[in-house]
Amino acid sequence: MNHPPSPDTEVPTQESRPAAAPSPAPGRRLSESARRQLSPEALAEIQDLAARYPDKLAATLPALYVAQKDFGFVSLSAMQEVAKALGVPEGHVFGVATFYTMFSKKPVGKYHIQVCTNLSCALNGAARILEKVAEKTGVQPGEGPSEDGLWSVEEVECLASCGSGPCLQVNHDVYDEYVDEARLESILEACRRGDYRPWGA
Amino acid sequence: MRARSDLQSYTFDGFGTERFPNLLLRGAGDPGNWTRRAYEEKHEGYQALRKALRMEPAAVTGEMKASELRGRGGAGFLTGLKWSFMPKDTEQKTHVRHLVCNGDEGEPGTFKDRAILEYNPHQLVEGMIIAGWAMQCRMGFVYLRGEFLWLKEKLEAALQEAREAGYLGKDILGTGWDYDILVYRGAGAYICGEETALLNSLEGRRGEPRSKPPFPAQAGAFGRPTTVNNVETLATVPAILRMGGAEYAKIGAPGNTGTRLFGVSGQVKRPGLYELPLGTPLDFLINDLAGGSSTGRPIKAVIPGGASAPMLDAKDFDCPLDFDTLKARGSMAGSGGVIVMDEDVCIVKAVLRLARFFAHESCGQCTPCREGCHWMMQILQRIEDGQGRPEDLDLLASLPPRISLRTLCALGDAACGPVDSALRKFRHEFEHHIAHKTCYAGGPRPANR
Repeated sequence: MNHPPSPDTEVPTQESRPAAAPSPAPGRRLSESARRQLSPEALAEIQDLAARYPDKLAATLPALYVAQKDFGFVSLSAMQEVAKALGVPEGHVFGVATFYTMFSKKPVGKYHIQVCTNLSCALNGAARILEKVAEKTGVQPGEGPSEDGLWSVEEVECLASCGSGPCLQVNHDVYDEYVDEARLESILEACRRGDYRPWGA
Repeated sequence: MRARSDLQSYTFDGFGTERFPNLLLRGAGDPGNWTRRAYEEKHEGYQALRKALRMEPAAVTGEMKASELRGRGGAGFLTGLKWSFMPKDTEQKTHVRHLVCNGDEGEPGTFKDRAILEYNPHQLVEGMIIAGWAMQCRMGFVYLRGEFLWLKEKLEAALQEAREAGYLGKDILGTGWDYDILVYRGAGAYICGEETALLNSLEGRRGEPRSKPPFPAQAGAFGRPTTVNNVETLATVPAILRMGGAEYAKIGAPGNTGTRLFGVSGQVKRPGLYELPLGTPLDFLINDLAGGSSTGRPIKAVIPGGASAPMLDAKDFDCPLDFDTLKARGSMAGSGGVIVMDEDVCIVKAVLRLARFFAHESCGQCTPCREGCHWMMQILQRIEDGQGRPEDLDLLASLPPRISLRTLCALGDAACGPVDSALRKFRHEFEHHIAHKTCYAGGPRPANR
């Protein structure tokens, strides 16, 4: 192997970052839902999906979306149920579900607010919007759901709205109309009134 | 489908004239423009398809070669050449072939495919049918990023309209050729924009890039010969067939033909999408069209082709926006996302933000990228936190050569682009950060936590 000689330097340390909490043992990292089985409608939908793709494995992502909607998030049981419904190994489904960020591995609020803080949005004040979201909902980014179950907040990467940032997404609807404080307040107010589709709907 | 208010710029003085042909953004801004009726009545819709279906498949590929169209996804590979890599036995049809459209638009600074899907989904559908005919494909797949749920609904409605009109399904327009298009939704992984990672994701696996060879044209989706093209590339196909490849090749610069969508974001007065012939100078785009700096402060740095393109500083603002010149100037045309930063932006913070993105999005398969991206992020974070050490800069500069070209895909190289170029062009800002524990520039900055 022709790797260049390593310069006489040390590995960067983590000193500037807070230490991460120790991870639980494998198999205990995934959250569990109260319900353990797919609803009959969701099961039928997954079986219908499986028939539409060239092979059953290809239906893994769409099936996980169905399970996420059914369980509210992708719990350990959701993954096991998807594996069973598709007839693919559980390990495959665990691997896929944990690889993709849009499968939420823990419960989220009725309104899951995702704020883009990537460069284009950041240049136009996304950090301030994220702070405001946290302040107004009382939920810190990456945490939630709030006690009333209404909110969870997440910082996400580019939502492809760079030209009209800062942008955010509520559940699966992108809001990119130059979100400022007034616009944010009207979005949150509409959520409180129940004008928007709740998570999973 | 939710009605969206859209405040972005799509047009400018002179747009739609011979100098600035309007091929991709036809009717953009009009929410009713997406229907088949609007496309057929106003934009010569599906005429190119009828023309193509009267031609031999190989002749369609020939038109694409004559157009010298280069892929709009980032690498700028010749589309006609790529199509010709597919197995040639169109007579015996021993191979089932697939066409995949890459709509996993995730590159920070890029928002062009979205506009095509929003306002001109039929143009993409028509392009995909023509491409499917040229390569005699059995199936077309559109891989959309997971966030584009409303666009998936819109595209599926457009596909249904096309089916009803006989453009898709069995025996298309009496040719005896069967073809259909399936929309597939990703789930939030940037790496799935890489073509082999996309194929893995399409097959229901983790989006990890594959080792090549075999190339997708030999064994791609579901083991079948597959061509992967970007949304914008495929949406250009009807225009090429309509006007003829040789005529299309007259637009733009030699070897860099046609128009493409440039998305301008960041600190400019009129951010938005601008369709321009390749070779248009960067300062014309950011000053004349996008209105220059929105803050009144001079522009310091521009990223010309999405987050992975190396930065340009003021001396390169005259650069023509085409694949070859940008490469010669040490950057790349990439996906056409132009991010503009003014004098007060702290380059360290900006680069850290991008480094954090790439560290997060590395799939973890190849060690240089998995570890290297995190190293770069941690070193930058340390400098940003005021704990940087003078030797950190040499350590940081030593990483890109040890990451790029040592991985299966280009994500590692992409992560190195901003870091490497910023270190070369704005080293004084890094040194200032280390010496004074604070930013070189004042004013509002991209924030990091």
